[in-house]
Amino acid sequence: MPEAKAFASQFVSTHHRDDAAELGMWVFIATEVLLFGSLILGYFVYRHVYPAAFAPTLSSARQIPQFCLPPAFSWLAPSTPSPPRRGRYASCCYPAPSCWDWLSLFKAIEYSDEYREHLVPGIDFSFDAAHGNGAQLFFMFYFVATAIHALHMLVGIGLLAVLAVLTYRAPSTRHGAALHSTALYWHFVDVVWIFLFALIYLPGRSS
Amino acid sequence: MTGWRPPLPLVAAWLALLALLALTVTLAYLPLGAFNAVAALLIGATKAVIVAAVFMELRHRGPRIFMFAGAGLFWLGILLWPGLMDFLTRT
Repeated sequence: MPEAKAFASQFVSTHHRDDAAELGMWVFIATEVLLFGSLILGYFVYRHVYPAAFAPTLSSARQIPQFCLPPAFSWLAPSTPSPPRRGRYASCCYPAPSCWDWLSLFKAIEYSDEYREHLVPGIDFSFDAAHGNGAQLFFMFYFVATAIHALHMLVGIGLLAVLAVLTYRAPSTRHGAALHSTALYWHFVDVVWIFLFALIYLPGRSS
Repeated sequence: MTGWRPPLPLVAAWLALLALLALTVTLAYLPLGAFNAVAALLIGATKAVIVAAVFMELRHRGPRIFMFAGAGLFWLGILLWPGLMDFLTRT
């Protein structure tokens, strides 16, 4: 029986395979850009219609350290761009658990705070009467956008965890390519957070 | 653990991102009027460029990957520009 080849029959080399994987991930990222882009289009439209309601919400000071520092460390997470040599991929996945902590702990604190402050649209929402409608729209955007982002992080953390195990057991160039694609995805999710952070947490602090 | 250490560009990019984060948070507290939002988005775009160039390795890639990466931005532009034109110009 012939030995299993490192790449499938449609490729001429491992480099060809890795190249196709990278292009495929960029195509996927383009579709993701449009997914989050449509949310952001909605944000801009309603921010234009309800400028006052989209600024002063969520401006309590405690949220700044909570929500910029942990993502700051997630940038470090899979520092794979120049993939380390074989057998060392696994070390890139170690920071993933810290992001898991960030996700579960801070999201839980954040969402429960909003629930207690009656800021969840549809569940006993209350806000000052003048800005009530706009604020509901803002919080709809806020919950949908942050929840979809959290879902993406969950997927990324799951992929990194699986790849950490796989590469620890039997490192191969195939796993290296998979890790590279995962890293691209992971950093894209960070880029999404950069913009959500600027749109959700920063407005309205100067007034 | 292995002796692998992150390459210098990664560390430099990470420090730059932290510096920009500090800058954007500081600017958010200054009363600059409409410039607050512009500054936040400009700094966000700068951070995104750093992540794409260094962490996503675009600076080492050729025109083919640029086209695939740029396609997302191109369609995002089409989504946002005509999408917002109506709302921003309606009186």
